[in-house]
Parts: sequence; C-alpha cells; structure tokens
Amino acid sequence: MSTPSRLAVSICVMALAACAAPTIRETPNLGRLATPAEVAAWDVSVAPDGAGLPPGRGTSRQGAIVYERKCQNCHGERGAGQPNDRLVGGQGTLATARPVRTIGSYWPYATTLFDYVRRAMPYTQSHSLSDDEVYAVTAYLLHLNGIIAESDAMSAETLPKVKMPNRDNFILAYPTRPK
Amino acid sequence: MARAKRSSSGAPTTEPVARNGLLDRRLFLSSSLAALGAGGLALGSPGAARAAGPPETPSWMQYPGGPFSAYGGPSKHESKVTRVLIRSQPGTTGSGASRTPLEALEGTITPSGLHFERHHSGVPDIDPEQHRLLIHGMVKRPLIFTMDALMRYPMLSRIHFMECSGNSQLMYGPTPPALRAGEIHGLVSCSEWTGVPLRMLLEEAGADRAASWLLAEGADSASMSRSVPMAKAMDDALIAFYQNGERLRPENGYPVRLFLPGYEGNMSVKWLRRIKVTSTPTMTKDETSRYTDLQADGKSLMFTYPMDVKSVVTRPSPGVTLQGPGLYEVSGIAWSGSGTITRVEISADGGQTWAEAALTAPVLPRALTRFRIPWKWNGAPAVMKSRATDSTGEVQPTRDKLVAEHGTNVIFHYNAIQAWSIAANGEVKNVYA
Repeated sequence: MSTPSRLAVSICVMALAACAAPTIRETPNLGRLATPAEVAAWDVSVAPDGAGLPPGRGTSRQGAIVYERKCQNCHGERGAGQPNDRLVGGQGTLATARPVRTIGSYWPYATTLFDYVRRAMPYTQSHSLSDDEVYAVTAYLLHLNGIIAESDAMSAETLPKVKMPNRDNFILAYPTRPK
Repeated sequence: MARAKRSSSGAPTTEPVARNGLLDRRLFLSSSLAALGAGGLALGSPGAARAAGPPETPSWMQYPGGPFSAYGGPSKHESKVTRVLIRSQPGTTGSGASRTPLEALEGTITPSGLHFERHHSGVPDIDPEQHRLLIHGMVKRPLIFTMDALMRYPMLSRIHFMECSGNSQLMYGPTPPALRAGEIHGLVSCSEWTGVPLRMLLEEAGADRAASWLLAEGADSASMSRSVPMAKAMDDALIAFYQNGERLRPENGYPVRLFLPGYEGNMSVKWLRRIKVTSTPTMTKDETSRYTDLQADGKSLMFTYPMDVKSVVTRPSPGVTLQGPGLYEVSGIAWSGSGTITRVEISADGGQTWAEAALTAPVLPRALTRFRIPWKWNGAPAVMKSRATDSTGEVQPTRDKLVAEHGTNVIFHYNAIQAWSIAANGEVKNVYA
C-alpha cells in the first residue's frame, strides 16, 4: 500500500541524515483502508450533539408497545425496575441517604439513551431493534420520567434538544481533579 | 499525622520499631534473625508444626509420579483457591463480577485464571480470524486491521495492575462487611501485558492533532464503549494481545484489548473492535450513568480516571487466622494509578504508631507492590492497618476522611486505609477503626 507517510519514510531512508522530518518513523503500515460503507456500518456511536443519530422517529405510545414486549421482563412495568435496573423516578433523591439513580434522576444526556439501547438492548438480543423502535423506546422512557410529552416524537432533530434534569450536576475531574 | 519510625543506619534492631510488636523491616533479611530465634521466638505456629511428624517414606516417594500435562493447572490441594464472590445480574450468567482471592496469593503477579472479571454482557466467543480492529473518525486514513497484521507490529511488555473503580465499594456501607480481603478488595489484579503502543496505530491512521478524544468500543454484545483522552492514548496506552506471556484469556479480552495503565478498569475496553477519533467525549452510558461518583451533595464527579493510592494487608486478614503468639511476617499489596509506591507504613495498635514496611522488588509504576514487615504478636487483641504513599506524595486516607470528603453514595474509587482487628484467638475481622 502506498501512502504519503510511507513515501516520506522512503525519502527519509534515501536521504539519511539529510532528512528534516525526524518525527516520521518507519512503522509496519499493515492496515487496509476502510471504505466509507464499512465505516458507516460499524459506526453506531451517538454524540451529545446528535452526531451519529440515524434517520427515523418514534413516539412514547409506539415505545410502550416495544417496551412491553422487549424490555418489561427485566425492567418492570413502566420502568419500575426488578429484576434489573430501575429506569424511572428517583428525581430529588441524589443528595439523600438512599439515592435512586435512573435515566430520569441521573443520566445527563438523552442521546446516551438512544446510543445504549441501540448497541446493548434488549440484553438477550442486542442489535435486534429497528432505529424507529429505538427512538420509540427512548421517547417512552423519557416520557415516563416526565421529561417529554407523550405526543413528542424523538428523532435526530428532537432528541439532542432534550435537556435532562440532572445535566448540570456533573463536575469534570479530567484533566484536573477538583480538590 | 504520626510518621513511621524508621530505624537508623546500621544493623537492624530486634527491638520493636512501633508499638504492639512491629519489628524492623530489614530483620528477615539480616543475620540478626538467628539472634532473635535464640531469644525464644519461633516462626509461625510452633504447636501445629510439632503436632505430627511426616511419614519417613511417604507414598509419593515409593512409586513414579504422574504423566506430563498439555496445559498445567494448580495442585489439587489448592483447589479451594478460586475467584471469589462471583455475582451476576439477575437473569444473566455473565454480567457482573468475580474477584481475585488476594489473601491466598503472594508476590505481585496475579495468575491469569484468577484475574478478576467484570463483564457487562458476558464473555464473547470471538473467532480471531474474523475479528477486526477499525480506526476511524478524525483521521486521514481510516484503517482496518486483521489480528495477524497487528501481531506483526513491534510490541512492548509492561507490568501493571488493573482495578475496577467499583472495587471495595461495600466499604462505603454503614457496617464493615464480614468478608475476606479478596471478597472486599479483589477487583484488582496485576499482570504483565504485552502489545502494540496505540500511538503507533493512531499515527499510521493520521489522527488529527486537534482531536482530544477517542471512543473505544468492544465486540461483546453490549458493545461496551468508553471515551479516552487522546493524551492518554498517545502516552502509554497499549493494544494488548498477551497477558502473563500467553494470549489474553477470553474473559480478559481475547483476542485484543485496550490497556490504559493506572486508569479505572472499565476504560481498558476488552474485545476491542473500534476506535473512533473524536473532538469531544461521546458520553457513553458507562461514563455518564455508571462510572461517575455521586457525592454527598448530589453532584457527581465525572472522568475520575486514575485509581488512587491504596493498600491492604493480606496476611493476616479475615480467614487467614494467626496460630498463637510468635513471630509472623505481615504481608500485603499496595498500588497507585498515579505512579510508584514509595512507602507503606504498618500499624499494629490501630493507627497510633506506625512502622515502615519493606517494599519487595520489583517496585514498578502502576503495578502491585508487595510489602512485608516482621511482627512479634504477643497474643493480645490488636488492630492492624497499612497506609501507602505514592510518588506524587498522595497518602492513603482514613475511611473517616474519605467519607467526610465524598460521602457514602459514591460506589466508586474507595481507597481508604483498611483495618483488621485480631482477636486473642487469632481470628481476624474487618472493622471500621
């Protein structure tokens, strides 16, 4: 494979001491160029500004149907939890002796919900929901937490604009840890 | 704060260097041990040692031994030494954690089969022929690597601990858990990791120098993902293939994992499949809703990466019972994600007086460090503590100080001084003291 850096390395080797680019080192260069289609197929991550969100949309009403079929066994009716994580409620408990960390009380970004459900849920069958279903379940869980209206549709346009209740309660410890 | 007493130069003294019987850390290394023995001290358990002599010609000396084995395992007499406190999420078999039995091990390297586990969707069974690593995002050349290709890159080996940031979380609870050292603190292990510097691959891909972050993603069914600062990636991040000389175990990321020395374990993404160079953190589930540290006031610390300076005495510890008064070696492990362990102090009187323990070579940055000190136990109840200091000057805090600063809702990054109470009958218990 011919690449600019490989060419530069060759020139360096030929020029020996005369080479003025000491930062370029000879490395194996055994990667193959990924095609845009390959990258698109693998790149499932979604940033807080919405970058990476796919086309599609879903409402809370649609999401309730998906939730009852695919999520409720582990997360309880209407996200109440049991046997696994509770997803709804807990707002106002974080500074108490019994904090309840849920999507509504704790998660700082709504985009994370879409990203996580699409990559990891349902637990026993990840990558099985359509993008519309993921938008719908996202809308349902945001609505159950009182963050959006039942009629609000979630999409690449609307989801990044959702402000999560606990958004401003995170303190960055990198690059400098607060004392 | 009382500083540990360190005996002056010259021959080590046989007099205690801190109250309640802690002796000079160099004593076991010197000829004065003989003098000490003559003074009436016996090593370990005199009663047990004299109980019954061995047969003159045991059965294993009378017949040839067993055959070769294709892949060796521990002695059958050590079958009780296993991972401990193996807990899965309800309805799953592989989401949860298992811990290293710290009290059963010595030295600093954790056997690969006893390395702690933390999985978010079980252990994937990955075919290395089909597995690929993609590097893309803010790069000039998005690249796909086969495992065979990556294995041709120049490698380096580093000994480092790996600690889950949720380690020791039960110690935030109102009462001290009645558990063994490994059950409490065993989400830490230490291995030699071998692989390719991530920096080399990022340079080949032509990573944008303005990019401050990358996203690392695994090939488990949770596609576990974390954002990593580019500064760390370009510093000492490894694309690791080998652990303790052999290819990674499946539960530790086979065929390839990210390894970030000193950082909370969750960031060293196992089964690594994708690296996306980005301008900002992706704010994945694990770095927002999970591994953030809830403070008493309801605010949360986010991106608390290095694991703090920490130590624990493993002998004696709960389940590792003393067998009567006499001379013992106190032994334990210390580590820091920010540098090298420079000092470990031991107290046998609940923290009133301290003696400096010997650090056993090798003493390496971001690696488990073994400390040892001789102790003449007089048979009276005692409270033993260890307190570590690292090369940045950070000193392990008391539990009271840690809780006062951060509260008890934190879950993560517990690194307080551990206290073990020793009863007159030799039994050891976990205490808040």
